[in-house]
Amino acid sequence: MKILLDHTQLNITLQRLAHQLIENHISLADTAIIGIQPRGVWLSNRIAGIVKDITGYQHIDYGKLDITFYRDDVHSTNTIHVPSQTHVPFSIQDKDVILVDDVLHTGRTIRAAMDALVDFGRPRSVELMVLIDRRFSREVPIQPDYTGQTIDSIMTQKVKVYWAEKDSKDEVVLIDQ
Amino acid sequence: MSLSVKHLLGIKELTSQDIEQIFQTADNFKQVLQRPIKKVPTLRDTTIANVFFENSTRTRISFELAERRLSADVVNFASSGSSVSKGETLIDTVNNILAMKVDMVVMRHSASGAPWFLSQNVDARIINAGDGINEHPTQALLDAYSIRERLGSIKGRRICIIGDIMHSRVALSNIYCLGKLGAEVMVAGPPTLIPKHIEDLGVKVEYDVKKALQWCEVANVLRIQLERQHKPLFSTLREYALYYGINKQTLDSLGKEIVIMHPGPINRGVELNSDVANSKQSIILDQVENGVAIRMAVIYLLSGKVDLED
Repeated sequence: MKILLDHTQLNITLQRLAHQLIENHISLADTAIIGIQPRGVWLSNRIAGIVKDITGYQHIDYGKLDITFYRDDVHSTNTIHVPSQTHVPFSIQDKDVILVDDVLHTGRTIRAAMDALVDFGRPRSVELMVLIDRRFSREVPIQPDYTGQTIDSIMTQKVKVYWAEKDSKDEVVLIDQ
Repeated sequence: MSLSVKHLLGIKELTSQDIEQIFQTADNFKQVLQRPIKKVPTLRDTTIANVFFENSTRTRISFELAERRLSADVVNFASSGSSVSKGETLIDTVNNILAMKVDMVVMRHSASGAPWFLSQNVDARIINAGDGINEHPTQALLDAYSIRERLGSIKGRRICIIGDIMHSRVALSNIYCLGKLGAEVMVAGPPTLIPKHIEDLGVKVEYDVKKALQWCEVANVLRIQLERQHKPLFSTLREYALYYGINKQTLDSLGKEIVIMHPGPINRGVELNSDVANSKQSIILDQVENGVAIRMAVIYLLSGKVDLED
C-alpha cells in the first residue's frame, strides 16, 4: 500500500482544483458542478464548498448524477448495480458543466455520465475534474480537464479515496491486490 | 445486490429485503419518469415478450411502458387471434416466441400456477402479470409502494382489503406483501366471497364493511369478479352495493380520513361510488402512476444475465 495523498496534500490539491475551476469560469453564473454518484459526490461536495468560500457566492448550481442506468456493463457482471439518487435541480441547457469524479480509470463511467447528462438538456460545454487520473489505462478516449494527481498503475491495483465525512480521515492510497 | 429469486412468480417467494430493494430501485425510476426525457438506455440488449392469455388494459400498458422506458425491445402477444385457438400448448407457444431470441416473458394466464409451470420448462426469466386466482405480484408491490408513499411507512399500519377476496389474485398477493412488510391486514366482504381458513395467512376477518372501515387506515377495495364466479354467491349487484359498496356518506360518518385504493377496473356504483373514487382520499391514479416505476424496478432487478441453471 502506498499513500498518494495525505490529509495536508489532499487539502492543498482540493484548493488548487477549486482555484483552477474559478480561473476558467470567473462569474460562475452559467456554470454547473455535477458530482457523479456515489463516490464522486464526496469530492464535488468539497469542491462546491471551497468554490463558495473563495468567491463568496451564496448560490452555485450544484447537482448529483447517478449513472447506473447508463452503464454499458449491465449484463456483463453477475451483480445488479444499486442505483443512487440523481438530483439536478436546475436546467443544464447552455450551461458550462463540470463533471466531478474521484478516480478516472477506464473512462467508461464518464462516457455513461455524458449519456446521462444529455438526457437533461444540451450543455454549452462539458469539462471533467478528477482527483486521481490513472493514466495509460483508458478504454475510451476521455481525458480530464482538471487533475489532482496523475499516477501510473496497473489493472490489478486499486485506488482508494478516504473522506473525513464518512471514513474519519482524508487520505488517498494505492493498494496492491 | 440482486433479488433472491430469478423469476417474479409471486410475492410468496420474496423476502422483505427483496421488496425493500424493489421499492428503493423504483424510487430512482420514479425520478427518471419525472424528467423531460423519461427513458434510460439500460436494457438496450434485452427483448421482452408480453404474453397475455387474459384481458388487461392497465397491466399490459404499464408493463409495455416500463419496458420501453428501459429501452428494451418489446413484442406483444394476445391469445385471441393467435395459434392458441388452433390448439397450440402453452409451452409450445412460449418456446416458439423464445426461439426468436427473447430474454424475458411477462405472462398473464387464467390458470393459477401457469407462470410457475412455465419457469420450470422454458429458458427465460418469467414475470407473473396475474395467474388465475393465485397471485398478481406487481400489483401488490405497487399497492404497498403507494401506501408507503402516502403514509410514509407500512409497518404497523392497519390495512383492509374489501370485496371479492375469494377470486382475487390481488388480495392474495397483497396479504403476502403487506404481511412481509409488517402491516396489520384485515379482509372484509360477504361470507361467500371470503375463503375459509384465510385467518391462517395471519389476517383478520370482518363481515361488516362499516366496522372494517372504522378499524383501518387504508381500504383497498376490489372488484367483484363475475367472470370467475361460476355459481351465484350473492343475490344481485344492487344488494352487494347496498351492503358492501362504499360511498361518500359512509366515509364521512367515520370521523377520520382513510386512504382509498382500487386496483382497477372499477365498477362504479358497485364496490365504489364515483364520489369516493374521485375524492382526495383516493390514491387510485397514484397507484397507476407508481405501477410503471415498480415494473421498471422489477424488470431491471431481474435482468442480470446470471446463468439460469445455477
